[in-house]
Amino acid sequence: MDDILLELNGLTKAYPGVIANDDVSVSIRRGEIHALLGENGAGKSTLVKMIYGLVKPDAGGMRLAGNTFAPQDPRSARDAGVAMVFQHFSLFNALTVAENIALGMENPPKPRDLAARILDVSQSYGLPLNPDRTVGTLSAGERQRVEIIRCLLQDPRLLIMDEPTSVLTPQEVDILFTTLRQLKSEGTSILYISHKLEEIRTLCDTATILRGGKKVGTCTPADTTARELAEMMVGASFAAPKGTQAKLGAAVLEVTGLSLPAMDAFGSMLHDITFSVRTGEVMGIGGVAGNGQDELLMALSGEHTSKPGSVLLSGEDLSAKGPQYRRAQGLLSGPEERLGHAAVPDMSLIENAALTGAYRKQIVQAGFLNWHRARRFAEDIIQAFDVRTPGPGVAARALSGGNLQKFVVGREILMEPKVLIINQPTWGVDAAAAASIRQALLDLAARGAAIVVISQDLDELIEISDTFAALTAGRLSDVQKMQGLDLDQIGLMLGGAHDLDAAHA
Amino acid sequence: MIRLERRPSPSALWTAITPLIAVLLTMLVGGTMFAVLGKPPVQAIAAIFWDPIFGDFAFYYRGQLLVKAGPLILIAIGLSIGFRAGIWNIGAEGQYIMGAICGAAAGLAMYPSESVLIFPLMILCGALGGLAWAMVPAILKVRFGTNEILVSLMLVYVAETILASVSSGLLRNPEGMGFPGSRNFQQWDAAHNTELIAGTGMHWGVAASFIAVIFAYVMLSRHIQGFNIRLAGAAPRAAALAGVSWSRVILLCLGFSGALAGLAGLFEVTGPAGQISIDFNSGYGFTAIIVAFLGRLNPFGIVLAGLLMALTYVGGEIAQLNLQLPGAAIQLFQGMLLFFLLATDVFTNYRFRVGGAA
Amino acid sequence: MDLSSINPVLLIASIMLSATPILLAAIGEMVVEKSGVLNLGVEGMMITGAVVGFAIAVNTGSPGLGFVAAAMASAVLSLSFGILTQVLLANQVATGLGLTLVGLGLSALIGTPYVGLKSPSVPKVEIPLLSDIPVLGPMLFSHDLMVYFSLFLVAAVWAVLKFTRIGLILRAVGESHDAAHALGYKVVRVRMAAIFFGGACAGLGGAYLGLARVLQWTEGMTAGAGWIALAIVVFASWRPWRVLIGAYLFGGVSVLQLNLQAADVAVPVALLSMSPYLITILVLIIISARGAHGAPASLGRIFHASG
Repeated sequence: MDDILLELNGLTKAYPGVIANDDVSVSIRRGEIHALLGENGAGKSTLVKMIYGLVKPDAGGMRLAGNTFAPQDPRSARDAGVAMVFQHFSLFNALTVAENIALGMENPPKPRDLAARILDVSQSYGLPLNPDRTVGTLSAGERQRVEIIRCLLQDPRLLIMDEPTSVLTPQEVDILFTTLRQLKSEGTSILYISHKLEEIRTLCDTATILRGGKKVGTCTPADTTARELAEMMVGASFAAPKGTQAKLGAAVLEVTGLSLPAMDAFGSMLHDITFSVRTGEVMGIGGVAGNGQDELLMALSGEHTSKPGSVLLSGEDLSAKGPQYRRAQGLLSGPEERLGHAAVPDMSLIENAALTGAYRKQIVQAGFLNWHRARRFAEDIIQAFDVRTPGPGVAARALSGGNLQKFVVGREILMEPKVLIINQPTWGVDAAAAASIRQALLDLAARGAAIVVISQDLDELIEISDTFAALTAGRLSDVQKMQGLDLDQIGLMLGGAHDLDAAHA
Repeated sequence: MIRLERRPSPSALWTAITPLIAVLLTMLVGGTMFAVLGKPPVQAIAAIFWDPIFGDFAFYYRGQLLVKAGPLILIAIGLSIGFRAGIWNIGAEGQYIMGAICGAAAGLAMYPSESVLIFPLMILCGALGGLAWAMVPAILKVRFGTNEILVSLMLVYVAETILASVSSGLLRNPEGMGFPGSRNFQQWDAAHNTELIAGTGMHWGVAASFIAVIFAYVMLSRHIQGFNIRLAGAAPRAAALAGVSWSRVILLCLGFSGALAGLAGLFEVTGPAGQISIDFNSGYGFTAIIVAFLGRLNPFGIVLAGLLMALTYVGGEIAQLNLQLPGAAIQLFQGMLLFFLLATDVFTNYRFRVGGAA
Repeated sequence: MDLSSINPVLLIASIMLSATPILLAAIGEMVVEKSGVLNLGVEGMMITGAVVGFAIAVNTGSPGLGFVAAAMASAVLSLSFGILTQVLLANQVATGLGLTLVGLGLSALIGTPYVGLKSPSVPKVEIPLLSDIPVLGPMLFSHDLMVYFSLFLVAAVWAVLKFTRIGLILRAVGESHDAAHALGYKVVRVRMAAIFFGGACAGLGGAYLGLARVLQWTEGMTAGAGWIALAIVVFASWRPWRVLIGAYLFGGVSVLQLNLQAADVAVPVALLSMSPYLITILVLIIISARGAHGAPASLGRIFHASG
């Protein structure tokens, strides 16, 4: 077996209360694109952290090109020819592209030579990039290029990519795949982590599937159906959300010419956003995070006010009103960031229930908080949305990501909004919980609420939305009926506005 | 290898016992320090922590405890509310001085009237003086986002300059034969902050501090304003989502702590200190920062911490008298207390794990 | 009013003299903040440096030894802050305040026997040729060594941050400790080193105050200089040369107000003596109104490597 590059033998890693990896063995050949497939929490991240030297295994060992491989830290992993592109980029916003790349290298060349090499590599792999740009001003796709080029400059034998397409438009995904195939043809092995089945079937040669920290199988993805892959990954089948064909009523939320300046040096702004949602309608807003998604949510929730007439609810101008007033009128919102925005990490679920429910659930009376009501509300959410927690008294940060997400989405839904704006409702949530959250949103729409779902997961939007628009570089495309749109058209909508903007720059 | 692991929720047990551990550590290290200074360590520690309550002259010192604890608690309550919101008013010393000056000036303008309204008027003006001084960093922060730590601190030095100026100028006692310092309020019944129960040290300021404790407790645990303040400190973005106005929280927290510090100054100058003089302030505004942390920003914790800190003041005086311990040693002692508290605080939020690869 | 008593040559020279302690402390604190740590204990470290430097200089008769001892003492003191905030993950604001209170107490304790003594003087270094230039010579080129050292330090910090790998790593750690950790950099170690450096600089600044400016020890003699150093870092938007400008501007204000007091200008003395603090506030307002850009993104945030 001379062509095996990296061999993992019985890797085991336990954290208090959870075994992240249990006796996992994987072999990666030279020049192979090897998929690591699994749900959130299946142990993919821990496994690659061990390969990259960020985490040391409790048991088991690794061999790289036949030699024992036990990296003490990322530096020694890089020395051995292992490079990694992180899901949440390990980049420094205030530094330039060249500085960022230099930080990822052991012995960076002189700044001028480095800039030349960056341009060289970026051209030969079709990844255009200016070494002098400040990273904070780049788009998500461009940032990923910085990470990739940082890795390529070290001529890695193994390139690890953690969920690389989650932040890319379909067109950018195509560019990435071309680059990866080119690398493969040059003999580089790629460990490709994803939970997107179609992607793996088109790109990867071999797939290892993890579930609950254990390896459940190895297969050739091209010869396996997506359904089979999904069953291995999830282990049980679950009901796909069913829309109950709500009748679409009158427009209830009307947004006209909404603009917002950038909040900070690297924030994005909103330009002239116009759309409307009708009762019973689910509108999907697609696009890569960081293109104004956060800002749009805050402009609608009332955290930021806007010019008169830009936000109307049932004809009433709310553009100058704050969150409390908007909530009282039935305009509710659920932000993307669970810890710190949608919930207070160090406060109990009872207090977090009061966070947005204080007035709508009559928890506040004459200025004083009725903690019994808050507790009851928290218990209602926990029960209705199957939130796994020892009780409502525990701190929000003690909950797993999926459970906390169910809690914050459930909190807004139980307040029976007229309009619900929700950003990334299922980000980082396992498949079963994601399905139940989507079902709850559809049920809410069926009861006559208007829902705006902002998400970078196109599959999710295709599944639950009636209408679709793309938000790129702070601009919203025209709103289209979801029925009849295919992936290519959506890709064009997502890429279109962005290309326009790039042409201006 | 030892590593830290974050607890899912802060430990209630450790929250309660870390102050005690900090006190013990301070005694240990402080005792060593006293030994190095050539003082008998056990005796020195006993002089600080035992003699004020149980020693031979305890009947006198016990009263002093409340006299010192009153202003510390009053100021610390105000500060703790701001600290909860992440608003760092560290210029309480300045607000304390300005409260004293404004309150005293209002009273002295009426001299020698014996109207019963004079003392209430002085209290009002004292609170307003502290409030106004705290409004400077508050408004600057709201309007321009200026750092309140630096501004409130700079204003301490400004207040000290004003104090030096008025005690030898505007408010100088015309019958004081040219010595700096105002009239003595202890000799003017209408303006004297008298001891309410003889021998206990209980004066109006102490009463005010207990009212403030109860008020702060109710506000923080039951009232929406207190909830908003806690939200703003724990997660500013979540607070914004809930509709909490950041500007309002800033004005409220700084205003409240400024008014309380001003009150403390007024009660001090009309009672224990007796007159406006260049050094009537004794650093309570800074020590109150320690009291606030030592009390875990909890109103009742602050009462205990204030009493403890008063103990070190009174005990420090005893040690100075009996053992010739330098006064500065007590200052260091108090600083160490805060340091050890912050050091042991790690147990509240983290667990130590020994062994096991990270 | 007699403004003619103000000699411009002496004025500039004394501005450099009075700016040096704050410049030293501020450039050190800037490095600390660049690494993402907010150490509010500058005042406490400065005054500890002042008393230790004074005591050693008086006992040995050597100001040079005094400076070295001051730098070491404050650096060691700053390590207590480092251990609390970096290892035990304590809140940086509270710990910095605590450091100031400890430093004030410690310095008063150490300094008690030295009250009223006079320090040995710091020798002036007349730079050959340059110091002979009329006007400019005595103004700029006949100071003690520490004045030149402080200027050298600003240049060195600038060069290290801009051109070296160590500087790049320091900025990276201050910008995003998580990303730096993911790349394998030792965040805590880098920050400890920065804190140590900042402590040493604050100690030098404090010692300069006692040995070259005031020439004696009095309790609380730093009188807010450490806090002003913190303000200057904000004013400078975390850039070394602007720290120099800020410190010299401040030095200018404090020297000018003393000169005006001496010249009997018809402005109340109280107003003049509070003017350095008022001007610091004013500068902070202008900077914040303009929007303080350039703050390291991780400034003051607690780093805890998980997993």
